[in-house]
Amino acid sequence: MTTTTQPTSGTAGQKTVTTVSHLVLSLWTIVIIVPLLWTLLSSFKTSKEIFASPFTLPANWNFDNYVSAWTTAGIGRYFVNTVIVVGCALVIVMVLGAMCAYVLARFSFFGSKAIYYLMLAGLTFPVFLAVVPLFFVLKNVGLLNTLPGLIITYVAFALPFTVFFLVPFFRALPDEIAEAAEIDGAGEWRTFFQVMLPMAKPGMASVAIFNFLGLWNQFLLPVAINTNRENYVLSQGMASFASQAGYNVDFGRLFAAVVITVVPVLIVYGIFQRQLQGSVTAGTMK
Amino acid sequence: MIDSASVVAADEVPVARRKKGRRKLTFDRVSFFVVFLGLPLAVFLVFVVWPFVQAFWYSMTDWSGFTPDMNFVGLQNYRTLLNDDTFVTAFWNNILLAIVVPFVTIVLSFVLATMVTVGGTTHGAARGIRNSDFYRVVSFFPYAIPAIIIGLLWASMFDPSSGLLNGILTALGFDQFDSYPWLGDTRTAMPASMFVIIWGFVGFYMVLFVAAIKGIPSDYYDAIRLDGAGRIRTAVSITIPLIRDNIQTAYIYLGILALDAFVYMHALNPGGGPDNSTLVMPQRLLNTAFSKGQFGLASAMGVVLALATLGFAATVFAVNWLTGGRAQKVPR
Repeated sequence: MTTTTQPTSGTAGQKTVTTVSHLVLSLWTIVIIVPLLWTLLSSFKTSKEIFASPFTLPANWNFDNYVSAWTTAGIGRYFVNTVIVVGCALVIVMVLGAMCAYVLARFSFFGSKAIYYLMLAGLTFPVFLAVVPLFFVLKNVGLLNTLPGLIITYVAFALPFTVFFLVPFFRALPDEIAEAAEIDGAGEWRTFFQVMLPMAKPGMASVAIFNFLGLWNQFLLPVAINTNRENYVLSQGMASFASQAGYNVDFGRLFAAVVITVVPVLIVYGIFQRQLQGSVTAGTMK
Repeated sequence: MIDSASVVAADEVPVARRKKGRRKLTFDRVSFFVVFLGLPLAVFLVFVVWPFVQAFWYSMTDWSGFTPDMNFVGLQNYRTLLNDDTFVTAFWNNILLAIVVPFVTIVLSFVLATMVTVGGTTHGAARGIRNSDFYRVVSFFPYAIPAIIIGLLWASMFDPSSGLLNGILTALGFDQFDSYPWLGDTRTAMPASMFVIIWGFVGFYMVLFVAAIKGIPSDYYDAIRLDGAGRIRTAVSITIPLIRDNIQTAYIYLGILALDAFVYMHALNPGGGPDNSTLVMPQRLLNTAFSKGQFGLASAMGVVLALATLGFAATVFAVNWLTGGRAQKVPR
């Protein structure tokens, strides 16, 4: 992953290729960055300014749009809902996923492979197929349109991914340590929580980041099973905010809301960027 | 559910670690198994597996959801779907997405990954280009942005009058783009929507391919360069065969994504676009279920979507196998 400076003794053709590579890569970088910067810029403009020209800088740099998005448009409430739902779901799915992965990785028993393949099926089937019956499952247990209902659904749908990713981590842990713990008189519970789980920390961290992004960005599940406006999460609130007013929508406020939604994920991305890309790498190199 | 599922090594199967025969059933052990396996499995079965199973059953009934009557109608719902022009349009739109989006995304991310890794020099190992870390970090960026936000962001970029795209084009002198409705014209609505999805995923797969290319031993590159092969030859006859498993994984995940594409399409054109040119099956499904209350019919749409997904995955595996994916595998 290190940037190497290439030898300067390249031929002319080689320099051309390098130049073209830089050009193409820079072009793509611009295509990525410009819309993001433009959104940030627009979030400080009034609707009038936005309609006047896409290029001009805002006359007044202030946070009016942010304040109004946070309070009037209800983004603040959606933000809090999202933090609650994603936070709870993340903790629960990491605990349940780690437990399940640990058992599947380190014990062999009748049906363990069947469970593993059932999880694989759960990972590949489109969520859309489940949406309609899920609606009624939640309705029957009285959790439809509630935050706990959304949390448990998030947990259930993030579980297969979590288990898959963690199984190799638990399998790679040395047997000797588990045996030593057993000889020292630790039961299965203590062995897991005090010995094995701390050793799987790197794996737990990677999968937690992926789960955080996946759950924070989740859209379909809340749209289908969380239709009470009070309980909206950010992604869903954004969609309704953008569509409800049609052409009367306050664009400045919309852009501010976009920035509010993106900032937490970009912070997480910024902090864990290396780890994220490292996990993608780990997944490819068996 | 989570796009990042591609990081999973899917061929892992649990292997028995403790083969010590039966041990005593103490309270510690029994409670351990009940909680550790029972609890996650119960959640998974009730909220994931059970709804999937029910969906198949509902798809063969005329259930409207809010009444107890539910009559078994066999394949009637599927016949209705075949004659529903709007659904057929949505189906073909999804198929088109599943053909174009993975292909373009993978070609683009492969080209960028090649440039980042071997673009620098032809001497020695696969060496990075200057600033390769910067390019990688920025390209990966959109992966962290919520899909709905990507959609809304580009919807405003494409806005006929206040969008940046038309602003730039008219500033460059292309006056015909002054207030051109990118998402409101049947000719451009679909390509523009595809571009948005591709924009969001190129970075992720670029990072994936960069990692895969860096895993190729440099001897291979040295050998083919001694033979005098150029860059394109190198890419085609060394890089692609050696990372074809990664390409296959990428194809399947992008295909599954494109067969859904709901979030993007909903953000860009909530109503399905001009003449339903960007309507996708999931939009139709949600509408049928929660606005019209035809839950049986909606479940049938879900089954069609699932079958299309499985069919797509099977096609990718078959193509990879037929083009020699097995034979060319090089042991590492």
